[in-house]
Amino acid sequence: MTADEKQEAQFKKLLSPKDPEGNDLKFQSKEAEANYKASINRIKDAVQLKKTPDRVPVALLPSMFPFFNAGMTIQEAMYDNDKTVAAFRKFILEYEPDMHIGAAHAGPGKFYEILDYKLYKWPGHGVAPEHCYQCVEGEYMKAEEYDLLITDPSFYFRNFYLPRVFGALDGFQMLPPFTGILEIYGLAFFFVPYALPPVQNTYKALFEAGAEALKWAMAIGGLNGELTTLGFPNILGGFTKGPFDVIGDTLRGTRGIMLDMFRQPDKLLKAMEALVPIMIGMGIGAMQQTGNPQIFIPLHKGADGFLSDEQFKKFYWPTLKAVMVGLIEGGCIPFPALEGHWGSRLKVIQDIPKGKTMWMVDQTDMAKVKETLGKNACLIGNVSSSMLRLATPDEVKAYCKKLIDTAGKGGGFIMGNGAFFDEAKPENVKAMVDFTKEYGLYK
Amino acid sequence: MAKDLVKTLADLKEKEALKIVEDRLSVGEDPLKILDDARRAVEIVGKRFADGEYFIPELVYSGEVLKAINDMVKPKIAKGGEVKRAGKVIIGTVAGDIHDIGKDIVVFMLDVNGFEVLDLGIDVPAQKFVDKIKESGAPVVGLSGFLTLAFDSMKETVEAIKKAGLRDKVKIMIGGGQIDDQVKSFSGADAYGKDAMEAVKLARGWIGG
Repeated sequence: MTADEKQEAQFKKLLSPKDPEGNDLKFQSKEAEANYKASINRIKDAVQLKKTPDRVPVALLPSMFPFFNAGMTIQEAMYDNDKTVAAFRKFILEYEPDMHIGAAHAGPGKFYEILDYKLYKWPGHGVAPEHCYQCVEGEYMKAEEYDLLITDPSFYFRNFYLPRVFGALDGFQMLPPFTGILEIYGLAFFFVPYALPPVQNTYKALFEAGAEALKWAMAIGGLNGELTTLGFPNILGGFTKGPFDVIGDTLRGTRGIMLDMFRQPDKLLKAMEALVPIMIGMGIGAMQQTGNPQIFIPLHKGADGFLSDEQFKKFYWPTLKAVMVGLIEGGCIPFPALEGHWGSRLKVIQDIPKGKTMWMVDQTDMAKVKETLGKNACLIGNVSSSMLRLATPDEVKAYCKKLIDTAGKGGGFIMGNGAFFDEAKPENVKAMVDFTKEYGLYK
Repeated sequence: MAKDLVKTLADLKEKEALKIVEDRLSVGEDPLKILDDARRAVEIVGKRFADGEYFIPELVYSGEVLKAINDMVKPKIAKGGEVKRAGKVIIGTVAGDIHDIGKDIVVFMLDVNGFEVLDLGIDVPAQKFVDKIKESGAPVVGLSGFLTLAFDSMKETVEAIKKAGLRDKVKIMIGGGQIDDQVKSFSGADAYGKDAMEAVKLARGWIGG
C-alpha cells in the first residue's frame, strides 16, 4: 500500500469503530454516532487538504486543566484513577470538542513511586499538590557515552540510562546484553545475574509497577471508549520524538547537547541517525497497539533562538524529518507541536509531504505559518496559554475570529489551544469552542 | 607573540583559548588582567547573540570555557583582588516552578556584563525576594518562570514587594516560556524581556553599567 492508501485505511477504520470484542461499537444515541463521524470527517478533511471541511474543527488538548476545572488538585488526579476519569469525562461533556487526546496527562503517581522516578518532581514529591509535574534536567547520559548509545541503544538505555532515572531499576546495571545468547555452550552464564538480589528486586518493582500501570491504562482506556460512544473521538495513538530532542531533553540535557555540538559534533550526528529507526518504530508501534494513527511529537530545542538557522539545518531538522517521513510511510499522521516561537524555521520545515501531518502551533504568527507550512500541512492552535488564563471571553472570540479568517481560509486548520494548558478561565475555553462552532462554518 | 585571548575566546576556540591562559599564567602575568580579557570576550559573545550572529549554544559553550578559565586563574588571585561591579540584580525562578535553564543563562549574561547577580535559585517564595531586596538594596529584580502557574507566583511576588513598601525602590523584569506582555500587565512587573540580552539591556537602562 502507498502512504496515501495507508492513511485512507486508517481514517476508514476510525469511521467504523469497534468495541473491545471486535464488534461494531454501539453508540449511546444516533446523535452521538452522527457527531462522532462528523468530527472524524472534519479532521480528515483538515488533515488531507483535499477539500474544505463543513466547518473548522475544534480540538482541546489540555495538560492539567480538566482537574482544576473539576475542583481537584493534580495530586488527587495522579493518585486516584476514578477521579482522573470523572474529571476528564466532565471536561469533555462540558466543552464538547471535535477532538481530544485522552486523560493520560496526569499519569499514575503510585507507579512513579514504585519505580522511584527521579527525572521528574510531582505533587507530593518535590512540588505542591496543585502544581504540575516538572522535569529535572541533568546529564543522565555522560559526554563520553556516545559510542555505547550508538552501538546498542537498547542495551545503553537498560544498563545505563534507566538505572539513573529510576532508583528501583538499578539491578539492570548487572544484566548482560541479550545478543550474547547464541548457543548452548556458556548459555547459563548469561542467566546468573537473575539470581542476584538487586536484579530480583528490580524485577519485583517492575511487576508491581506494571500492575499499577495496567490499572491506570484500563481506567483511561475505558473512558476513551465511553467518550467515543458519546460522540467524542480521540485519534491519538501515542508519541515519539525527534532525535535532537531525545538527546537534548532527557539524555544529555540542554547544556550537554549544546556543548556536544562544538566538542563532538560527529558523534552527536551519528547518535541521532541511530535513533531515527527507533523513533519511527516507537510511533508505528503505538499506532498498532492503540489503533489510532495520530502520533504526537513534542518539539523543544529547535525553537527560535535555541539554535542558529545553520545549526537547525545541520543538527535538528534532518533526523526529525526522517522520523516524520518514516511515520508517514507507515500510515501514521505525525502531530508535531511547535512549542514556543518557530517563525525563523518555517521555510525549512514546510518541506514535508502534503496532507500527511498536523502541527500544533503555540506562539508563532499564524498568518506566516499558514503561508508556508500551511500549504502542505494542517495547523492546530494557536490560542495561547496566557490568553486562556488572562484574557476576557470577548478577547478570545476576537482572536479566534482572526484565526479562522486567516489560518482557516480554505480549510487545513483546527482551532485549539497552542500549548498544553493547566490554569485557564473556563469561560475562555468555552468561548474558544463555542465561537468556532458558530463562526467557523464554511459556506 | 601570544595570540589575543579576547578574539580567540569570542570566536569560541576552546583549546586555543585555554592554551593562551596557561601560557600567560606561566610567565607570571596578572591573573586579574587575564580574567578581564576573558570577561570582555564573553561580552562580545553576548553582543553577537544580541545581533543574531550567535545563539544559545554559543552562550552555553562560552560560559563553559569561561568557567574553565576561572578555575585556572582564580587560585592565583590575591585576596581583595575582586573585579568592580556595576550594580546588583536579584534573580530567581518564582514559587512553584523549578525550571532553571533560562534563568541560568540570564544570570550568566548579567554576570559577564558586569552586574553582581544575587541568584536565589528555583521555586523561590515571594518573601525570599522581599528579604533579599531589604538585605542587599538591589535596585533590579528579575523573575523567571516557565509554566502558567508562574503567572500567579509572579503577581504574588510583585504584590509582596509592594506590601513591604519596596515597590518604588526596585524595577522588576520578568521572562520565560509562556511569559509575554499580557503577563507583564497581569503581574504588575515593569518589563518583559524575551531573552538574556534583553535582561542585560533592561538592567543597564535602570542602573547603568
